[in-house]
Amino acid sequence: MSAVAVDGVWKLYGDYPALRDIRLEAEPGTCLALIGRNGAGKTTLLRIIAGFSRPGRGQVRINGGEPRDTATRRQVGFLGHGISVYDELSALENLTLYGRLYGVADPPRAAREWLERTGLARVANGLVREFSRGMRQRLAVARAFLHEPRVLLLDEPFTALDDKAIGVLSGLLREALAAGKTVVMSTHQLREALELATQVALLVRGQLAFHGACTPEMAADPGLVYARYGEG
Amino acid sequence: MMGFFRQVGVVAAKDLRAELRTKEAINSSLAFALVILLMFSFAFDPLADTTREIAGGLLWIVFAFAGTLVLNRSFARELPNDCLDGLIAAPVSRAALFLGKACASFLLVLGVQLVSLPVFGIFYNVPWTRQFPELFLVLVLGTWGLTVVGTISSALTVNIRLRELMLPMLTYPILFPALLGAMQLTAILVAGNPIGPGDFGWLKMMVGFDVIYTAVSLALVETILVS
Repeated sequence: MSAVAVDGVWKLYGDYPALRDIRLEAEPGTCLALIGRNGAGKTTLLRIIAGFSRPGRGQVRINGGEPRDTATRRQVGFLGHGISVYDELSALENLTLYGRLYGVADPPRAAREWLERTGLARVANGLVREFSRGMRQRLAVARAFLHEPRVLLLDEPFTALDDKAIGVLSGLLREALAAGKTVVMSTHQLREALELATQVALLVRGQLAFHGACTPEMAADPGLVYARYGEG
Repeated sequence: MMGFFRQVGVVAAKDLRAELRTKEAINSSLAFALVILLMFSFAFDPLADTTREIAGGLLWIVFAFAGTLVLNRSFARELPNDCLDGLIAAPVSRAALFLGKACASFLLVLGVQLVSLPVFGIFYNVPWTRQFPELFLVLVLGTWGLTVVGTISSALTVNIRLRELMLPMLTYPILFPALLGAMQLTAILVAGNPIGPGDFGWLKMMVGFDVIYTAVSLALVETILVS
């Protein structure tokens, strides 16, 4: 059974087809890099996979379950464009809150552990509104990983991160993949993404232009997929 | 079931903590209530009998307007940083999410009302403390009705530009029966009189309103929160 299966998904905004007949699969322990130019439909597709938006046609399955089912949501870690953390709460309070919502055994302990792993332990009690953009993104990464999800859906996860933080996130993703978890990420940062990816899907104006294994050739020359299958 | 109420508690505690830290909604709501009470006191003679007769109505008009300032923030609080996505992605029932938010707003609105009541008593020269337990029951029933209808309207209008305008436009017409009951009973109680047997119908109607609209909101919230 595929960890993530997207079958014939369409999404229309009025008459405009944002997604057209998308068919994708990602197996457990694989990383699917979803790439494409601005407006190609990457975020729309990720939001449909995460269950935030209903497809006009087609269906999505996560480990065989419907994305909006409570049992399925427990297995998914989502990191979107918005970081989904509260400015009025501290980093520790934010992670503890999400730990409680996800039914984590000991939320404060898990929160402290993930603050440590993302390099935010020293500002654990600082209010998020005082954080820099990079610190907020690291906190959002910690939030997505906190409940040990089996599937990670990441929309532009490297945004605003410095080199060190990118290294930390790449390390966390490698660890997750080694543990048999599935990662689906949309990104414009091809070099970082293709180093991790086992599969690549290229979206061009809402259509799947390429879906296949990420070859060493692609990882060495990140622009290759666009040049060969995209619009240059 | 325990899990459900635990989730309600987590969401309510989060909303209360965030609000008490910024005091955005509570300060504006309280200031609005006090200013309107003061302005009405200039318009009506506090010693006139007619003022005492309409005091319940005046009070609930103030509570309804001040309450929507708190309720507007209920789901709007989730907009910065796309926090609503984080809540929707979590394995929390939408009903628990709704009820948690409604409970937090209920406590905030009730807090504003309890601070406003003594001010109302002074400005309008009414013996509001004489029947306080019954008055508190009416406040609780009326406020829960206002909160439930306001919270579901807040969820419905969270993504539209004119939500501050749309929320009262949606809330007040629906709230009319509960407000009517609350106004009638409050007018009797703030005058220092007990609720008579003939007035229990209003109380029953308020209970019925709260039960029906809580059930309807819990049933609708799943559909409202997924685009």
